[in-house]
Amino acid sequence: MSDIAVTLKINGRDRALHVPAGETLLETLRDRLGLTGAKRGCNQGVCGACTVLIEGQPVRGCLSLSANCDGSAVTTIEGLAKGQALAPIQKAFAEAGAVQCGFCSSGMMLAATALIVEHPRATVDEIRAGLAGNLCRCSGYRKIVDAVLSVIAGEAR
Amino acid sequence: MSEAAVAVGLSLPKLETVEKVTGRAQYIADLSRPGMLHGAILQSPYPHARILRYDTSAALALPGVHAVVTGDDFGEHRMGAFVKDETAIAKGKVRYVGEPVAAVAAEDEATARRACQLIDVEYEELPAILSVEEALAPDAAIIHEDLAGYFKVFPAISKGNSLSYTEIKEGDIERGWRESELVFENIFETPAQAHLAIEPCGALAETDAQGRVTLWSANQSVFRVQANVCESLGLPMSKLRCVTPRIGGGFGNKMEAHVQPIVVKLAMVTGRPVKMILTREEDFQMVRVRHPAKIRIKTGVKRDGTLVVRECELHLDGGAFGDDSPGVLGYALLMSRGPYRIPHTRCHGHVVYTNKLRSGAFRGFGNPQVSFGAETQLDEIAEALGMDPIELRLKNLMQPGDHWLGGQRVDSNGLADCIAAVREASSWDRRKALPAPPESKRRGFGIAVAAHISGLLGTGAIVRLLEDGSVVLNTGAVDIGQGSDTVLTQICAEALKIPIEQVSTASPDTDGSPYNWGTTASRVTYTTGRAVLAASRDVERQIKEQAADIFECSTADLELRPGGRVGIKGVQAKELPFLVVSARAHWRKGGPIVGSNTLVYETPTIDPKRAVALGLPFQQIGVYSFAALVTEVEIDEATGQTEVKRVWTAVDVGKAINPRLVEGQIEGGVVQGLGFALVEEVVWDGARLANPTLMDYKIPGTMDVPYELHSIIVEHAQEDGPFGAKGVGEISLVPVPAAIANAIHDAAGVRLRRLPMNAERVLRAWLAKEGGPKEKSLAH
Repeated sequence: MSDIAVTLKINGRDRALHVPAGETLLETLRDRLGLTGAKRGCNQGVCGACTVLIEGQPVRGCLSLSANCDGSAVTTIEGLAKGQALAPIQKAFAEAGAVQCGFCSSGMMLAATALIVEHPRATVDEIRAGLAGNLCRCSGYRKIVDAVLSVIAGEAR
Repeated sequence: MSEAAVAVGLSLPKLETVEKVTGRAQYIADLSRPGMLHGAILQSPYPHARILRYDTSAALALPGVHAVVTGDDFGEHRMGAFVKDETAIAKGKVRYVGEPVAAVAAEDEATARRACQLIDVEYEELPAILSVEEALAPDAAIIHEDLAGYFKVFPAISKGNSLSYTEIKEGDIERGWRESELVFENIFETPAQAHLAIEPCGALAETDAQGRVTLWSANQSVFRVQANVCESLGLPMSKLRCVTPRIGGGFGNKMEAHVQPIVVKLAMVTGRPVKMILTREEDFQMVRVRHPAKIRIKTGVKRDGTLVVRECELHLDGGAFGDDSPGVLGYALLMSRGPYRIPHTRCHGHVVYTNKLRSGAFRGFGNPQVSFGAETQLDEIAEALGMDPIELRLKNLMQPGDHWLGGQRVDSNGLADCIAAVREASSWDRRKALPAPPESKRRGFGIAVAAHISGLLGTGAIVRLLEDGSVVLNTGAVDIGQGSDTVLTQICAEALKIPIEQVSTASPDTDGSPYNWGTTASRVTYTTGRAVLAASRDVERQIKEQAADIFECSTADLELRPGGRVGIKGVQAKELPFLVVSARAHWRKGGPIVGSNTLVYETPTIDPKRAVALGLPFQQIGVYSFAALVTEVEIDEATGQTEVKRVWTAVDVGKAINPRLVEGQIEGGVVQGLGFALVEEVVWDGARLANPTLMDYKIPGTMDVPYELHSIIVEHAQEDGPFGAKGVGEISLVPVPAAIANAIHDAAGVRLRRLPMNAERVLRAWLAKEGGPKEKSLAH
């Protein structure tokens, strides 16, 4: 099976790659590009730890084939901050105590980023629904919801 | 303290937060070494079988394969926290489906996995023991024929397939039954629960030119990793250095060994770094679970609600290897009387080998199982006596200065305040006046309380004052995400009155860190915190000795001042920065300032004048935290589905060193308990796991958890705790299943005595009950 040439715009930078047809976006990011912020929790599309944004939409890195992403803009956790300046969602997670072990945090923050774009005034229940695809085993979710609420409150002002 | 705190009591962000929110935190799967190979495991297809022969030739012939190891490559070495019964890889026999039988190191993971499938193993099947009843049957096949000869760290009472029998007696149980006016007896059952840290287990090992091994792994204790690997491979402990990356959650599953011994073996055989990360399925199949339990509880009471006598009989399914099982059994029995004055008690039980995945430590360590039974039964007693469940508990509550089962005196006890706090916050006394629930829903309120220890075994701390006056703290305690690095740093900073930024905390390393048994038993804040405080005081003493020498005064005249200075009391101008003191110590006189402390928790659990204990594996367990929890649920009349609407939990933690992190522990524990109560169950289909994937094993997500999850911190100082602190890691999970069961009863009038209380079980119980919803309501 010959590799497929793809160009992915990852965190704003074009990356020309040759990937096997069966390679997942998660494998490309982690193993080929060293972007290890996306995590493999279940490799089955359930836990959400591998969530990245493709054209702003949250997707499962473990269920997306890189070959299908040719020409797409991919945002990973490594692309959220501007240099040393954290994105609002990152600041909010840090300040709310929404991060414990941190293994779900990358996916959770990216899912939250997309949620806030789509629902800039999301309520508690909309936030819960929007993050239902991302599992956390440490936090109990309350502080994660609070972190998203604080971003919304900040941006609504 | 008259001065404002510089660190303790403040909700400071965790030290590694920025690293984690930017994706830069490195977990085991993120690590790589030059020339690294990848490992994979072949698992047993049988629950119980003799291994007759291996043929590894085809696997070895596969291009890219560097090594294949089987039981033949391992010596007769065994590991185990309490009973040394487990080899690094199956040797001679397999004892559960999924047990590692052979392992491969290859150029890449796909090749290693392909090679595993080329290994031919010939087995002779043996009868499989899949339940406690089968294991204890007189003619049962024996899972560990050599049990009598295994090394045990305590005088275990073992026989046949019973790994350990424990019994604790206090008072006179026969007199208790005679004095009781009513007796309640029930059997409760709880299932295996999977820890499901979102990070699967894995390890990376590398040998150096002298043959010494460095091992990174997902773990809760670098020292337990070191002990397990060295015991199971027959290595001197000094030949293995264990370090830790960031840990993606650990709830007991990463405390004892998983694949570390096999990965070290592969690295030693190949001379190359080897990494192995388990898939989610493998992690489910070969790590460990919470013990499935059968709990018989019999309680005698007076008609006025006075508890007189309690008997608890516990059967735990330990699975194929001992792991932490004897400890879980002993601890569960110690918790089975609960935080109540019950003068006559007998509790006893077995933990039994079966041909299933091993059971081990899991947040709560046996306490959630027995507390589910005991706290549910108390509700039944209250109902039978026509008492409010809170009033029944208050009537019988242990008071400060009372003794725990076994005889240990407990002075720090804020349970009454915890109960008062949740009673008030939940408007418990006005709960019947709430507006009616939505149509087709029934509402209920439930309460349960809990106590749990923090303590156990050895720990230490080293605090070094560097030449410039900044400080490095080294404890060997692995932060598994709960925030112990931050909390211990806060304790050190507070003791030395310096900003937290001036203290750096070293990553655990068996070469350089003082011993730390592990991040388990809710113990790091309390035990390691004590060592940190004492080591910091040691540094303070040495700083003062230097300053006294310089100022030509007595050390008693000196004080530490905020910001890293030492000065003469009452003389503002007479002070020195730590830099001056430390530089002098390094270059002129006294020697570099290093403070250290080690300790072991040593208050006896059993007072032989008060109690008799047989086969108890712990002599000194710890100090007590307390909790009370009220929950409001709504049950759907059509489906039996329970929705937890609101939760109020109050926990007496002694002193919250970092209140936000304490809340994080409370909230996370409640939600893990909610999963245990309502949905989680590892299911065996015969000998094989039926649901070893996240598709089939559900844990709570955002929609299953109420936003109204209220944490209340109660602070009854623990006298010898650091700044009064005691543990919080496990306790909040403990009361959840019983509180929900009691709320379900309040809503629907049915008692569920088996977890999980999923929709099907609630509905079946409800339909079977007179006055419950009728079958026809399901017709649409």
